[in-house]
Amino acid sequence: MMAIERFNKIFKGITIYGIVLVCLFGAFSNASAADTGEGFDPGEMIMHHINDSYEWEFWHGPYGTLHLPVIFYSADRGLEIFSSSRFFNDEGKAVEYNGYFYDHGKLKVLDEERNIYDFSITKNVFSMFISVALLLILFISIANKYKKNPNSAPKGIQSALEPFILFVRDDIAIPNIGEKKYKKFMPFLLTLFFFIWINNLLGLLPGAANVTGNISVTLALSAMILIIILFNANKHYWQHIFNMPGVPWWLKTVLPIIPIVEFIGIFTKPFSLMIRLFANITAGHIIILSLFSLIFLFESFAVGPLSVGFALFMNLLELLIALLQAFIFTLLSAMYIGGAVEEGHHHEEGHADVKKAHV
Amino acid sequence: MKFTILDVALVTPEIGLIFWMTLTFLIVLFLLKKFAWTPIMQALKDREETIEGALSQAQKAKEEIANLKSQNEQLLKEARMERDKIISDANTASKQIIEKAQEEAKVQANKIVKDAKNSIEAEKKAALTEVKNLVAELSIDISEKILREKLSDDKSQEALVGKYLKDLNVN
Repeated sequence: MMAIERFNKIFKGITIYGIVLVCLFGAFSNASAADTGEGFDPGEMIMHHINDSYEWEFWHGPYGTLHLPVIFYSADRGLEIFSSSRFFNDEGKAVEYNGYFYDHGKLKVLDEERNIYDFSITKNVFSMFISVALLLILFISIANKYKKNPNSAPKGIQSALEPFILFVRDDIAIPNIGEKKYKKFMPFLLTLFFFIWINNLLGLLPGAANVTGNISVTLALSAMILIIILFNANKHYWQHIFNMPGVPWWLKTVLPIIPIVEFIGIFTKPFSLMIRLFANITAGHIIILSLFSLIFLFESFAVGPLSVGFALFMNLLELLIALLQAFIFTLLSAMYIGGAVEEGHHHEEGHADVKKAHV
Repeated sequence: MKFTILDVALVTPEIGLIFWMTLTFLIVLFLLKKFAWTPIMQALKDREETIEGALSQAQKAKEEIANLKSQNEQLLKEARMERDKIISDANTASKQIIEKAQEEAKVQANKIVKDAKNSIEAEKKAALTEVKNLVAELSIDISEKILREKLSDDKSQEALVGKYLKDLNVN
């Protein structure tokens, strides 16, 4: 009974959150469309929302934009740090500054021969800092609760997050990595899961950055997984790649198809992780934004309720996907790590795992 | 109206974001590992062990109680058996005592009867002997008296002696 009541409460909470989200989102989209004055381009609006930028625009007009620091490194000028507000004059029009200019949301160098490295604190980076701060506050506070009341039932936020921690441990790490070795990877898997989840959720907030839907972020995450796999892989893993047991000798030497395929497989696994998370989150954002664009394309209030209804549905779906993608990313990472640290006794099982992972 | 659906920027990784992402993630991983995951995992493990310990202890206590119960039953059973045995023993003992007593009584009675018979016989014999003796004495007395009467004169004495002699001669 308790579980049903709690579920109802959570469900109600999610619904309210979704409705508020959609209403706010609608308001923002409206604002951005109204100010352009020209013909509404949904493609540009959507891309503007999902792409990274040097400022965080909460609304058009005065004080609506948070200008973030731009950090450039170049061989000739060294490190340059300045606010992105320098690129806008008093009327809000884009201007050149210090040899750099805005081009489709990206800062570029006027002098073609100069080469810069862009380490700016962009909207995504800033949003990531916020989510990371939230993560730290959340989990360090509940860790203190665990320390303060050992051996007692979890309370409040602790009881909300404990099932997820246990889920990562009992249903992701232990079955895929094994009882003996899972402990070493637990901090990484837990951080990965909650990092992706909280960024997915914050990404659903109106006007928020699209952190996990950014290819650079997912690339960095999957690169870390690749590095973990390569550094923890045992003899058995390498043997399966370069000298797969049970494969005819000529397929390994004369016509080395299997080793080549397996070697490519090392990189396709993290690559698939990178694409999956990026595509899922970005696609969700594009769909919701497209639904709102319909209102402005048709320039009719009548489309509003329909559009909002669909968007509400999509937003609720996105809430599920936020959790689901965090789970899938963590699960597949655990599987790949498990495959790399697996002992050589269970040939059959190992193949089954890899096959499952490719599905 | 132009649509820019696919943007190259969307799928172009940027060094800056990768750098910040990696740095942030590693810092967060380190901090969370040190201040959150390690204590949380430890606490969860401790709690699970405590719960498991408590459960196994409860199970043990249950088993002990069951054990005690069965022990009590065993004891009760044994006591009942003991009681039954004592009762049956007492029964057989009493029967035996009665039988023995009856037998003894029989033997005693027989002995008494036999003794009585014997003593009666003895008495009878004694009485008979006495009677015989008395008869003999009496007959002796009588015969003495008769003899004395008969042999009071010499003639008769001579006749007698003569008779004896005659008998002797014959022999």
